[in-house]
Amino acid sequence: MGAQLRLLRRRIKSVKSTAKITRAQELIASSRIVKAQQRMQAAVPYEREITRAVTGVVSNTSSVDHPLTVAKENPARAGVLIITSDSGFCGGFNANLLREAEALRGLLESRGIQVTPFVSGRKGVGWHAFRQREMGGQWVGFSRKPSYNDAKEIADTLIGSFKAEDGIDEIHIVSTEFVSMLTQNVVVNRILPLEVVETTEAPKDGPLPYFEFEPSAGAVLDSLLPRYVESRIFSALLQSAASEEAARRRAMKSATDNANELIRVFTQKMNQVRQAEITQEISEIVGGANALADSAAGKE
Amino acid sequence: MAKLQVGVVSPEREIWSGEADMVIAKTVEGEIGIMPNHAPVIGVLVEGGVLRVKRDGNADLVAAVHGGFISVAANEVSVLAEAAELGSEVDVAAAKDALQRAQAAIESSQDDADAQLEAKRNAARLRAAGEEV
Repeated sequence: MGAQLRLLRRRIKSVKSTAKITRAQELIASSRIVKAQQRMQAAVPYEREITRAVTGVVSNTSSVDHPLTVAKENPARAGVLIITSDSGFCGGFNANLLREAEALRGLLESRGIQVTPFVSGRKGVGWHAFRQREMGGQWVGFSRKPSYNDAKEIADTLIGSFKAEDGIDEIHIVSTEFVSMLTQNVVVNRILPLEVVETTEAPKDGPLPYFEFEPSAGAVLDSLLPRYVESRIFSALLQSAASEEAARRRAMKSATDNANELIRVFTQKMNQVRQAEITQEISEIVGGANALADSAAGKE
Repeated sequence: MAKLQVGVVSPEREIWSGEADMVIAKTVEGEIGIMPNHAPVIGVLVEGGVLRVKRDGNADLVAAVHGGFISVAANEVSVLAEAAELGSEVDVAAAKDALQRAQAAIESSQDDADAQLEAKRNAARLRAAGEEV
């Protein structure tokens, strides 16, 4: 009996320290979500403006004939950018993402398109490396706090591969969209070739003005489109960072809750065992005393 | 007179926004001055340019703007910079230091593109801060 009691005490102790860790992780994640959200919001004006500028240019130039906007008739290769997290402890975050990426891969391959994954985040890189899938590019180390340069680096690789003669013909991006603290969705977007009509809001003040260009429409488009792609990737990275923390907070919260529940069950069990032990001891003592008394009575 | 609504944004944050009477920026074609009721235009900005925003009654707002675009439509001016910094926020000593390092690098090898870019950027930062370069 004593052994079981000791075992339970040990387990309670270990679960308690686990609960402390998960609780701390939960608090850290909560404070990080706020920061990640602030970064997300800070990036919104730029994204809005650049989207407007792209819409302006594209709707102004009657024949948009830029390598980045023209879809190939028979795409043979596609690049899929998968934005995962660097660290674990975030529940189904990466699993959901990779499942979606696999589904996209299946879909593209059924259309006869060869898929090259481009992976950001240690978890995704590990996942691909384990399956010995060749990656077109991999980036790690910034999933929690992406900077614009990180987005730029990714965009440069993708655009470079897109422009290359035997490179990829389409670029999709699989990332997690941050809707709210409680809701994050995995989304799949095609970023290249650009889908020209991107904006969901109708132009408020009638048709877009007729722009002049410095130096020329082509030159503006040349430098505008890569920036636009960068900004889209940057926004995906930021959303993914916020989502990661939100997923982590949720996972850690349920881990803490589970640990507390376990502690409750174990404590109850331990008390039961302890009580049973005491009861047994008493009944043994009483039994022993009775036996002694009986034998004493027999002698008289 | 009509006013311009100006927004200066970089990918990571909004640098400044407000009303202004005139915006002067440097595009790859040369300096461009935007006053109210300017025709819609989109221009590509140079690396290491200085943006000047003239405001009524206030001192000019000066910012170092590295790359990006200026877009003007219906009295709204947006400056989309890849990186930007207000003149008042520039760390002058650090910028001078970086400029000297970059210049030293250029002297040692003429075709060091990174160093030349760095020199341009820091020169712009210093000019934005009101220093002579």
